[in-house]
Amino acid sequence: MSTTEKRPVIQVTGLKKQYKLGQIGGGTLTHDLQSWWARVRGKEDPNTVIGTDQRLFGQTFMALNGVDLTVYQGEALGIIGRNGAGKSTLLKLLSRITAPTEGEIRIRGRVASMLEVGTGFNNEMTGRENIYMNGAILGMTRAEIDAKLPQIIEFSECGDFIDTPVKRYSSGMFVKLAFAVAAHLDSEIMVMDEVLAVGDMKFQQKCLGKMSDVANQDGRTVLYVSHNMSTIRQLCNRCIVLDKGKVIFDGDVEQAIAIYMDTTDVNVVHYDLAHVARMTGSAGKRFRLETLDFVGKESSVFADTEKMRVKITWRVAEPFAGIHMKMNLHARDSTPVGITHPVDLGAAEPGKLYTTVFEFDPSLLGEGQYYFYLDIFDGALRQAVCLDKPVTEFAFEVTNSDLTMPEWAAGWGRIHFPPVKLLEAEA
Amino acid sequence: MAENIQNTRPADEGWTTIIRPRTGWFDINLKELWQYRDLTVMFVKRNFTVLYKQTILGPAWILLNPLITTLIFNVVFGNMAGMPTDGVPGFLFYMAGNTVWTFFANCVNNTANTFVTNSQVFGKVYFPRLTMPVSQVLTSLINFLIQGAMYLVFWLYFFATGAEVRFTLWTLAVPLVMLQVMLLGLGVGIIVSSLTTKYRDLAIAVGFGVQLWMYASPVVYPLSMLDESPRLKVLVELNPMTAPIEVFRAATLGTGSVSAGSILYSVVFTIAALVLGVVLFSRIEKTFMDTV
Repeated sequence: MSTTEKRPVIQVTGLKKQYKLGQIGGGTLTHDLQSWWARVRGKEDPNTVIGTDQRLFGQTFMALNGVDLTVYQGEALGIIGRNGAGKSTLLKLLSRITAPTEGEIRIRGRVASMLEVGTGFNNEMTGRENIYMNGAILGMTRAEIDAKLPQIIEFSECGDFIDTPVKRYSSGMFVKLAFAVAAHLDSEIMVMDEVLAVGDMKFQQKCLGKMSDVANQDGRTVLYVSHNMSTIRQLCNRCIVLDKGKVIFDGDVEQAIAIYMDTTDVNVVHYDLAHVARMTGSAGKRFRLETLDFVGKESSVFADTEKMRVKITWRVAEPFAGIHMKMNLHARDSTPVGITHPVDLGAAEPGKLYTTVFEFDPSLLGEGQYYFYLDIFDGALRQAVCLDKPVTEFAFEVTNSDLTMPEWAAGWGRIHFPPVKLLEAEA
Repeated sequence: MAENIQNTRPADEGWTTIIRPRTGWFDINLKELWQYRDLTVMFVKRNFTVLYKQTILGPAWILLNPLITTLIFNVVFGNMAGMPTDGVPGFLFYMAGNTVWTFFANCVNNTANTFVTNSQVFGKVYFPRLTMPVSQVLTSLINFLIQGAMYLVFWLYFFATGAEVRFTLWTLAVPLVMLQVMLLGLGVGIIVSSLTTKYRDLAIAVGFGVQLWMYASPVVYPLSMLDESPRLKVLVELNPMTAPIEVFRAATLGTGSVSAGSILYSVVFTIAALVLGVVLFSRIEKTFMDTV
């Protein structure tokens, strides 16, 4: 075998991952017994997720639905797709956090996964101790870490604090140290999930540079998932687009980004949320959003002078005195734009279907495509607990109706502030 | 599909890892556990570092715990209830039982929550999950050695003041028996930890259960005390922890009733629990992230 021949390091064939929807076990024995007793008596199961249609009970959801992929040595592969497209599931399977339902993955070499920086960091231990700990968790031996220690400390820029417990670190330092450990692993394959979303700009650039080196010079393979298209452009030389658990595009980075942008659907004005996945495990159990509609629209395209009206329906499983809701707005390329100030949906009792209509003013948004999530959390704002957050992205488009405005340029960001007020003018 | 072609294409050789759906019950990878031994050692160190950070007495707790427990046993069961201690000083008798029992109880309690307490880490990075419980029982082993040393100090004191205690040939068996205790604790602990991924109740039940289990073991009473009630004795002998405690007392105090049968039973029980535990654990570890 010649060395110039492309050597596959990851080979994925027919990969599927199935998750069960709705109730996955009671969690406690009492709950399971309760459910069983209810079934025996022919009563409604007291532990079903509220609003779940009993016919859908035990229905499954394919997070990955037949993925085939070959990754060659030295490639920097970008993986993009909307939330729920299966990106994270793919990374979890590759890094052996959970097992696939069907199919097979063959890997040549060690996989260092950084699904989150600083995994396994212990607050009570010093920076140095944590380097050893983290390195060992990621599969390095003590001798390997010894050899890399000076490089890691230098890269982390934490040299002065290396013998201080990490609980005294700023979040920036913490991230730098964590990334430094992972980036200096001798693993043949590096799997990364948006690790660069943290840290300052300068350090982000340093990380991207390091990862490019890892792929280009060391001949190691990088798999990188991100919502940030500019980092994908900077780092990757190949890109796949995932949609609904399948690879819909594989190849050139720019083309992939274009295809990803096109997966937006502004023609959808009605969303069924009762059975879609939630962002966190506990979301959707005590409070559940059932539907969302853009009121009075055939497509979710809004002029910037227009008010967006949204109708949601929801249920609760227990009485609430106050429920808060906010919108998390993102641009189409997933850059966060901002949030709305939380509003109180009021008190609620179980057993009723509530309908709420709210109005959002998109006039501050520049021309372009956006989406939002709905984030529902309990009344205690200080220690808010997420009650519901469907993974569904509610897409919409804002168009400019003011002809005195020039066409929105890419570098302008997203916010279209009102014009400045002229206070004094002199000739 | 490409199964038969693969062997003939050079580029397809030398895969180091093949990830497949969860298959058989015996899909266990112990070799990997050995490859990650450095990690296991680090977890042991961390267990010590973290436990005693920001405590006033620090590692002194390792000695204070058994000391106080022994004193209380001595007062409650020895002085107040007047239970026999096979003719040896009560203090030593209780400390012997308590040292072995604490070792076992720590092994079980500290491994029983493996999946639930570590779900954060397990959800983000892969390493052989067994390194966690193994490091926990090794931590318990070190605690046991320290407590064992304290026991020796007291033993010497009582010996010097003329108590009828002596080391017997059983001492040679003690290291092996303690290894067995550790493996039994590991086995029981990982069985519980595998089941707690589905039933959280067990996590609560286990602390309580281990406490009850102690009373079914000859910790605060000698096995010989049950000679008059054969039914109770059979029950206590069904407990796999009975033999190790009696062996430890026979070795260091020259008392206790040990039979080859009870040792064999205890060993077989340990192997069974360990095998069941490892099998369950290996099965659960592959997909537990989907249910936790």
